[in-house]
Amino acid sequence: MSAHDNVHGHGHGHDHGHGHHDDDHLHAHGSLKDYSIGFILSVILTAIPFWLVMTHQMAPTTTKFVILGFAAVQVVVHMVYFLHMNSKSEGGWNFMALILTAILLFIVLTGSIWVMMHMNANMMPNMGNEGGSVHGMHDMQ
Amino acid sequence: MSEINATTAGAAGADASARYYVREHHPENGTLLGFWIYLMSDCLIFACLFATYAVLGRNYAGGPSGAEIFELPTVALNTAFLLFSSITYGFAMLTAQKKNVKATLLWLAITGVLGACFLFLELQEFAHLIHEGNGPWRSGFLTAFFSLVGTHGLHVTFGIVWLVTLMVQVGKHGINGANYRRLSCLSMFWHFLDVVWIGVFTYVYLMGVLP
Repeated sequence: MSAHDNVHGHGHGHDHGHGHHDDDHLHAHGSLKDYSIGFILSVILTAIPFWLVMTHQMAPTTTKFVILGFAAVQVVVHMVYFLHMNSKSEGGWNFMALILTAILLFIVLTGSIWVMMHMNANMMPNMGNEGGSVHGMHDMQ
Repeated sequence: MSEINATTAGAAGADASARYYVREHHPENGTLLGFWIYLMSDCLIFACLFATYAVLGRNYAGGPSGAEIFELPTVALNTAFLLFSSITYGFAMLTAQKKNVKATLLWLAITGVLGACFLFLELQEFAHLIHEGNGPWRSGFLTAFFSLVGTHGLHVTFGIVWLVTLMVQVGKHGINGANYRRLSCLSMFWHFLDVVWIGVFTYVYLMGVLP
């Protein structure tokens, strides 16, 4: 990918016919190799979680953490091979926006889950639903 | 990061080319960056829906649980449709780079068909659930489920509308700079939806059937 970044630095005019892209906006979006690697990795990273869950290979709790791990890896694979994300595209601003989003995503997800679980834990014994305290919020339906 | 450095602000008339220079590479026209920022904000919408599902996902209110209503083989098929549509869109971009209009249109059409197959299966699943009385009103779990998966499906729907529009554009005007830019934006959109689907099938479906 780094070679491609250098290429579209001089692509502002209508300089037709240099290499594999011949219009000012036709800067390279990955190659056949990139897409193929990404696709094969994605198929593997998708098939294994489905196999794990559908054939009950491991204890449910272990399975949950393992498939979340697979999902995280697959997201990175898609970002790199399909969305062509790297720290240099669009002068680095793409990556900046991605980091900001990742931080916000982390705050929204962990914050919500943490706060709601704590609310359940702090409920008085007879307010919540017996037994289902961890997954509570039954009163709000 | 493309900052404009004024080197000799006072010497205006001296040499126009020496007055400033653009350090690093300036994003050419910024459309792709702008679209990326839109996608990131879209990502936050999905983050909120995922958080909602994380909180409400086990509140069955006496209704069915994920293990009872999710059919993993169908979900696997749906995942395959989206994954294949990602690679076929990749091929469309590769042929577009070579300005091969016919091949690009063919790959775009295949991508659209795969997207439509995905939507068909998803709508069938929704219709089945609603028919059984397990619509979004049934429980907190189903409300969160329909919101999250439905929003993703809505995105795919508009992606297909956009894709068909671009096919007409490419068919009419060929692959010029503007059309290639549009194809690049849709490429990001389409791959982004696939990324969101990774979260959906893992967190909603696979983890939903586990106790």
